Amino acid sequence: MDFNFSEQDLAFRQEVRDFMQHSLPEDLREIAEHGQHFRKEHFVRWQKILFERGWAAPSWPVEHGGPGWTPTQKYIFQEELGLSAAPMPPPFGTGMIGPVLIAFGNDAQKTEYLPRILNGDDWWCQGYSEPDSGSDLASLRTIAVLDEDHYVVNGQKIWTSYAQYADRMFCLVRTDDSVKPQAGISFLLIKMDTPGITLRPIISQDNDHTLNEVFFEDVRVPIKNLVGEAGQGWTYAKFLLGHERSSIGDIAGSKRSLTRLKKIAAAEISGGQPLSEDSAFSRKLIDLDVRLMILEVTQFRLLADEEAGNDIGPAASILKIKGSELSQLISETAVEAIGYYGMPYVHEAVQPGGNEHAVGPNYATGILPDYLFLRALSILGGTNEIQRNILAKTALRF
Amino acid sequence: MDFTLNEEQQLLKNSAERFVEQDYGFERRRDIIASPDGFDREVWAQMAELGWLGLPFSEEDGGYDGTPVETMILMEAIGCGLMVEPYLATVVLGGGLIAACGNADQKATILPQLIAGKMLLALAYAEPQSRFDPADIITTATKDGGGYLLNGHKAVVLNGGSADKIIFSARTSGDQRDQGGISLFIIDADAAGLKIKSYPTIDGLRAAEIELTNVAAEALGKIDDAYPAIEVVLDAGIAAIAAEAVGAMQVLHDDTLEYLKTRQQFGQAIGSFQVLQHRMVDIYIELEQARSAAVMATLRLTENDPEARCHALSAAKVQIGQASRFVGQNAVQLHGGIGMTDELKISHYFKRLTMITTQFGSADYHLDRMASATPQTNQEEI
Ligand SMILES: Cc1cc2nc3c(=O)[nH]c(=O)nc-3n(C[C@H](O)[C@H](O)[C@H](O)COP(=O)(O)OP(=O)(O)OC[C@H]3O[C@@H](n4cnc5c(N)ncnc54)[C@H](O)[C@@H]3O)c2cc1C
Repeated sequence: MDFNFSEQDLAFRQEVRDFMQHSLPEDLREIAEHGQHFRKEHFVRWQKILFERGWAAPSWPVEHGGPGWTPTQKYIFQEELGLSAAPMPPPFGTGMIGPVLIAFGNDAQKTEYLPRILNGDDWWCQGYSEPDSGSDLASLRTIAVLDEDHYVVNGQKIWTSYAQYADRMFCLVRTDDSVKPQAGISFLLIKMDTPGITLRPIISQDNDHTLNEVFFEDVRVPIKNLVGEAGQGWTYAKFLLGHERSSIGDIAGSKRSLTRLKKIAAAEISGGQPLSEDSAFSRKLIDLDVRLMILEVTQFRLLADEEAGNDIGPAASILKIKGSELSQLISETAVEAIGYYGMPYVHEAVQPGGNEHAVGPNYATGILPDYLFLRALSILGGTNEIQRNILAKTALRF
Repeated sequence: MDFTLNEEQQLLKNSAERFVEQDYGFERRRDIIASPDGFDREVWAQMAELGWLGLPFSEEDGGYDGTPVETMILMEAIGCGLMVEPYLATVVLGGGLIAACGNADQKATILPQLIAGKMLLALAYAEPQSRFDPADIITTATKDGGGYLLNGHKAVVLNGGSADKIIFSARTSGDQRDQGGISLFIIDADAAGLKIKSYPTIDGLRAAEIELTNVAAEALGKIDDAYPAIEVVLDAGIAAIAAEAVGAMQVLHDDTLEYLKTRQQFGQAIGSFQVLQHRMVDIYIELEQARSAAVMATLRLTENDPEARCHALSAAKVQIGQASRFVGQNAVQLHGGIGMTDELKISHYFKRLTMITTQFGSADYHLDRMASATPQTNQEEI
């Protein structure tokens, strides 16, 4: 057993850290540090910077423009990215549709889409969930019917993150309802400006617009946009869900927000001393440290497994459950830390470039909206209840 | 012991619930929040007409001689409807202090007007550095001829932007966190030197930062000795938001239960999954425990022994905070994606309950308050 990174890994970490320090534009850093939300232009600008460096898609093989990293290097990169103030690009492009196309797409699809994912020219969104098909995704009812060389799509998706930014959607559709539900699903690539698609924004409880409903009315999708085989969509989607789960764990993000929380606790005064020295509160901070330390070791064990070429299987669900709970707990503790200044909500203050000033100390901006939005972590990517069902079935064989 | 409502109280409960159900729909609330005042003056006038604004005041002051139980009933209804009208700020906090500390003249000029719905109050007690400790006061009041001049900054003053008169705590002697040396003052909202910056809060209310620069003020109650009265009125605030939280949690309980019974996944109502039944049972238990806390808070408010009162009110606040957090978070969780939306009621109740968790002090603050007041067990008794 060895619980340390190798010399090469440490050197790599330093290289990544230096890059983050030097290449992250100052205005992006400020947005993050002011607790404001990134917009499309910020994500895309950062993606292009990573692209220039050859680091745009950590998990892709070299032949498709990936850096060809080991699992440990990928981990280190993701961690350094998470620790920095850089915009964490949504996973839909490089993290999701990219790997699916690499694994299951044909050459024409790879040539057409992969370069534009890599350089940030195309923004992808994920069209899985429907109003009546959330946890029970296999029951989805958006229908695609073959009409010569096109699929004609009718139906509705919901909770589609950033659909308003997207050029394309990867979408699960039902192409056959005569077989069992999972077997009738296909994986389609849809251009968002195709006639018949309409979007309706959904404002979430943090008063922001991330989510959307997407309606399809006789939307014609060329048959060449089918990924792999018809009826195999469920297999591809499951391949992806594993990816998504471990990333929602976001341990690096938790490290960063815990560091931020500690700074807040040191600045906030309680009874004449820093809140961080208050006996009850300091124990809460330490308890969060403990949770983070242990979760990180769990993650390392999985990483070592992956490095040895083993399938990490259901363990990704452990990371998803504990990682999301930890992010939520850190954020809940931050709400407690800022006391009465959690109450003010000045909408413009959380928008980049907004010139309204927040009320109260600078560090209070965005704490409440974050807390509200982070409640989604135990819902998206398969709810935590569903993750526990998965573990019950696959790890414990109930 | 008797935890039942008397006939009049039952009537009040019925009429308050009916009001919320018939006149305070969620879409109307949305419009009200977006309006310039952030609350509805017509609703306020109706509340005055129904006699609600006069409930806790003595007949002598023009009120109806109610007990804290009437306030509890009303606040629970306010929580059910998530009403944003300034009942807490004007009647419970502001009105409470005028009734407790005001001289005959002050009572006569303020309370009848307040009860008639024609005067709004706010209480400015917290400061940027004070956190939850109402004795942590930097704002100063210095003698100036017959009156006083106030200087300082008051933080997150509930309804500070709409109040006609604002009550301020300020230091007339002693050190920053001394309980002695604190006095109360009353100031017209349009007084010279008062800078009021009003803003919306995350839970749909309005609050304000208030800066005072040489503002002339009239004393309310005894100089240097206001802390006990402030503590009493903040405890009344705790009892009030405890009841409000119970009302809000009741709605989350009812809506979530209904959702579990109707939402279908995997070909069955999601409520058929036992893990969700247990979570729902925990919501139900927390709500019942919160109800006990709210009742205890209400009944102990009139306790003469200040230590016993503080102990009970702090205990109630701890439980209310825990329940608010658990019920709010899990109502969202059990709704899945739809629970995250602004469109559904759920998230709005969750937000109010989130703020109730820290309003008038976090659980840690109240556990500390209880610990520091609890006499140490005598060694020999063990
Ligand atoms: C912020 C956010 C972003 C999202 N982004 C996307 C996106 O980009 N693309 C996309 O396709 N989807 C997206 N989603 C949707 C997400 O995947 C779904 O919300 C999720 O799968 C849950 O489905 P649902 O909302 O319909 O809840 P439901 O499935 O209706 O669940 C309701 C409750 O029932 C519980 N439950 C359901 N079944 C069981 C069971 N068998 N046992 C125990 N408990 C159960 C759930 O855990 C939950 O608590 C997003 C969601 C959110 C909140």
